[in-house]
Amino acid sequence: MADIFELRDIEVWDGNMAASHALRQAQVDVVAAYPITPSTPIVENYASFMANGYIDGEFVMAESEHGAMSCCIGASAAGGRVATATSSQGFALMLETLYSASGMRLPIVLNVVNRAIGAPLNVNGDHSDMYMGRDSGWIQIDCYNPQDVYDMNLVAFRVSEDHDIRLPAMVHQDGFMTSHTAQRVKTLSDDVAYDFIGEFKPMNDMLDLDHPVTHGVQTEEDWHFEHKARQHHALMSAVLPKIQEAFDGLKALTGREYNIVESYTMEDAEIAIVCMGTSVETAQEVSNELRAQGIKAGVVGIRVFRPFPLEQIADVLKGCKAIATLDRSSPNGTVGALYNELAGALFNTGTHAVLTNNIYGLGGRDLTKSSIHTIYRDLQANAQAGSPTTPLQQFIGLRGPKLSFF
Amino acid sequence: MIQAKTKNLKNFSTSAERFEGANLLCPGCAHSIIVREVLNATDDHLILGASTGCLEVCTAVYPHTSWDASWIHIGFENGSSAVAGAEAMYKALKNKGRLKQPDRTPKFVAFGGDGATYDIGFQWISGCFERGHDMMYVCLDNEVYANTGGQRSSSTPIGASASTTPSGRISYGEKQNKKDMMAIMAAHGAPYVAQVAPNQWRDMVSKIQKGFATKGPVFINAMSACTTEWKFAPEDTIAISDLATDSLVFPLYEIIDGTKLNITYRPKNVIPVRDYLGAQGRFKHLFTKQYEYLIDEWQTRVDAKWEQLQRREEACL
Repeated sequence: MADIFELRDIEVWDGNMAASHALRQAQVDVVAAYPITPSTPIVENYASFMANGYIDGEFVMAESEHGAMSCCIGASAAGGRVATATSSQGFALMLETLYSASGMRLPIVLNVVNRAIGAPLNVNGDHSDMYMGRDSGWIQIDCYNPQDVYDMNLVAFRVSEDHDIRLPAMVHQDGFMTSHTAQRVKTLSDDVAYDFIGEFKPMNDMLDLDHPVTHGVQTEEDWHFEHKARQHHALMSAVLPKIQEAFDGLKALTGREYNIVESYTMEDAEIAIVCMGTSVETAQEVSNELRAQGIKAGVVGIRVFRPFPLEQIADVLKGCKAIATLDRSSPNGTVGALYNELAGALFNTGTHAVLTNNIYGLGGRDLTKSSIHTIYRDLQANAQAGSPTTPLQQFIGLRGPKLSFF
Repeated sequence: MIQAKTKNLKNFSTSAERFEGANLLCPGCAHSIIVREVLNATDDHLILGASTGCLEVCTAVYPHTSWDASWIHIGFENGSSAVAGAEAMYKALKNKGRLKQPDRTPKFVAFGGDGATYDIGFQWISGCFERGHDMMYVCLDNEVYANTGGQRSSSTPIGASASTTPSGRISYGEKQNKKDMMAIMAAHGAPYVAQVAPNQWRDMVSKIQKGFATKGPVFINAMSACTTEWKFAPEDTIAISDLATDSLVFPLYEIIDGTKLNITYRPKNVIPVRDYLGAQGRFKHLFTKQYEYLIDEWQTRVDAKWEQLQRREEACL
């Protein structure tokens, strides 16, 4: 039996520590992991909890991220709660097995501390790894600060393991900006946190020796399509309602409110920025300043990236005249992914909003309030003109000659 | 019960199976013989895994399965880690008192071909053995990527014609010697490492049972004669296997705790390597004036290896 860890009501934790404590409180049965900056402290903290008697599950220090996720898949299929953490190159190495985990319908929770993907090698935060995972069949929940990381981990276990869903979930946080920046985190006691998640209920577990199961079969053109369609159906139909249910439960328990789409001063907003991660709070600050000047600015934060809440986003943005999406990943030959998602969400809705795309913050480049002010100024001009006054895609915060496309 | 089962070949071959005969393996494939011999060597519950390869694609094609024991497959390289993960979960649930059948102790076995073992999955196996998972890894060594049409692996022996190292007017085929996986796994300090062949079934069963009785990671390299890629008639699988073990091309031995080596089979009449090579289409081109010197080199190499094994065995006495 693991020891109870007495937490203060408010702790000062960085995002990594918040994730480590959430995994500890979830009483994960097997963590198999491989350290990589900036997610390393998640497993280091966890190892320290273990060394001091606060963990009674198994901790497998694998030889690579691919090996780590492979162990996670085997452990999850065996029938218990499983979690791990990674970033960047490690995420890329894991990618093959990420598709296996979702295709095999295994509820694994993966903390992804977002970081750029080389070359050139870079240890700092951007969303390249998060974007790389967007077709992998996982639930993807995004966090803006350490409090989010703590809460969203609890939500992720609860949703992922639900028998109507049985899909793995990623909890994303920005490398360094969230993972290494200590902030106030309101905590739950160990038993309350565990009760919120609930006990793990095995299904098709290999270790039920009286009921042998075969995991990871081959299906060709006769069945593959049906399997993938059922997986997509589970992702599309069951996940958002369960996440909302978990958010409602968390609010009742803690008073903290989360939404599938985090809209900020959007009720009467004419111009809006749509973004993810730590940029959401920065944009909110700027919009406050603009509101003080009487400018109807708003911010939409993506909380659930997969399944993408197409209808909810369109609904929040329906009154806008100009919208800018902020993508923190190199688009490599097209518009940013968030731009594409938004265009998809808004098309057929009758909106006449002008939609533009900003690429920012690659490899950990700061997004300053001044840059966001510039984006809002562009949005005001677009709203007034009723058409783009700038190129569709602009690179912001980039040194050298201005770079823009389309 | 297990004693009765393994007493003679008739009992052994008709004992209750957890690997069904209903599978898609080629007629004459040694994989199914080996798998049955492994599974029939114990009465304990089994948690099994397989890497992508012949065994996997032939035994678990939805909506069918040939496995009457829990079984998992993820990919080509990670069959070992899948089983290691299941073993870790077993330990966790045992510790937490959440096993559904706490009175029973399952055995954990991962199967992989030589592609999955010698090449693409090597790192994962090395990781599992270094960490000391309580599991058995069985390599079904048919010395070629048979599932994908006979491309060479690092287990393919020198002079064999494979689809990516074909023999031709100016090539005798594979240029590299077979990787010594036994030595590599023994070097991990694994408590038990053994080489087996299905034709020597008593030797094999005793090694598998020894492996099951061992705490920690066990490596079994099982020679699996491949009728399709070695190019011999399906009914000759055991005869070819006999040629391999009796020519000492495939010596049967075990290494305990990474150091103590025992030779477990000494053929009464050692036959020439030439006879083993000559029985297979993959070596056909060696029997020409141009490449015949390779047969002599083969014999010299096999003699030297046998000598080395004997010296190592003596050194342990």
